[in-house]
Amino acid sequence: MSDTAVKDPGAILKTNLWTSNPIFVQVLGICSALAVTNLLTNTMIMTLGVVFTTAMSSLTVSLMKSFIPRKVRMVVQTLIIAFYVIIVDIVLRAYLPEVSRNLGPYVGLIITNCIIMGRAEAFAQSNRPILSFWDGMTSGLGYMGVLLVIAFVRELLGFGSLFGVRIFPEGFTPWTIMVMPPSAFFLIGLIVWIGKTIMHRQGEPVT
Amino acid sequence: MAPAIHPISLFFASIFTSNILLANFLGMCSFIAISKDSKSANGLGLAVVVVLTITTALNWVVLNYVLVPLDLVYLRFIVFIIVIASVVQMLEMIIDRVSQTLYLSLGIFLPLITVNCAILGVSLFMEIRQYNFVQSAIYGFGSGLGWWLAIMALSAIRKKTEKSKVHAGLQGAGLTFITIGFMAMAFIGFAGLLQVQ
Repeated sequence: MSDTAVKDPGAILKTNLWTSNPIFVQVLGICSALAVTNLLTNTMIMTLGVVFTTAMSSLTVSLMKSFIPRKVRMVVQTLIIAFYVIIVDIVLRAYLPEVSRNLGPYVGLIITNCIIMGRAEAFAQSNRPILSFWDGMTSGLGYMGVLLVIAFVRELLGFGSLFGVRIFPEGFTPWTIMVMPPSAFFLIGLIVWIGKTIMHRQGEPVT
Repeated sequence: MAPAIHPISLFFASIFTSNILLANFLGMCSFIAISKDSKSANGLGLAVVVVLTITTALNWVVLNYVLVPLDLVYLRFIVFIIVIASVVQMLEMIIDRVSQTLYLSLGIFLPLITVNCAILGVSLFMEIRQYNFVQSAIYGFGSGLGWWLAIMALSAIRKKTEKSKVHAGLQGAGLTFITIGFMAMAFIGFAGLLQVQ
């Protein structure tokens, strides 16, 4: 991965959203969020939580990097991430109890999302705070984009609605498979396929 | 929330119908990375079984005897992670002392496990579903076995698909995801047998 050498904000944006998109290039952080992609609203809130956590923990790690002894840095990073995830969890419980119940354990699982740790380790550890914040945020956004596409297809075909608003007429037969877990795997497989094919066309090196 | 589910049904449900990996998408990262090679898959699978069983039971004790009485449940994420990290660390030291061969086959996978979402996920499910101690231990053990089964199956399939000719863009991750999709469908076929929520 050459992105540690990139220092220009525009280039970071492009790298994180496209050429090394966390999901379809690096295949990271699939764990915590696929399960929530059957409804767009849940996905939106979940991924916003991820964007917030990634951005803030990258910022914090970068600010504190000179105070953290190298040997215990993993533990410290995990604790910083857990701290922000607890904030997200408490906010959701207070203001959106319904969504919080739907998301269940998956909010807590943002902690073990490899993207956040990956960004903290690969970027924030060796870069200035503002740039790390930007890098964390764009990584989160790249992740958000892919998950929203999956959720869009799953909710549209599985329930015939988008954000809970009915799109297809009453007579539409929902595709039960779209509500169930396998469809998420198929869709992410397809997205990886399409993404990589386009990259091959553009002649970019595929990692 | 029905905590009345029988431990034996829970055990089978956590292996097949609610497979932690295929139905709840947990432990994906290491699943995809490690399943390339069936020997490592086996080692990691075993380590997951051991760690899951111990941490789920231990987290239940911590949750019900420490966090709930002190009204600190909102700190559970941090506490669970610390428990998991320390169990993994201790297991590594114990295995290193007891058996070198076991350490070589199991020990190298242990550090990977701390960041495995399945471990934290099972503890969080245990908390949300309000299992009792026996149920928690059984659920942890069953989920571990389910994960092991899934990773062994996938690594066997990947060994075959590795040599087949596929479209360039589909090679690697793409094909793996689609394979996992089919596996998930097969496991969901068991869903009629029993169901846990």
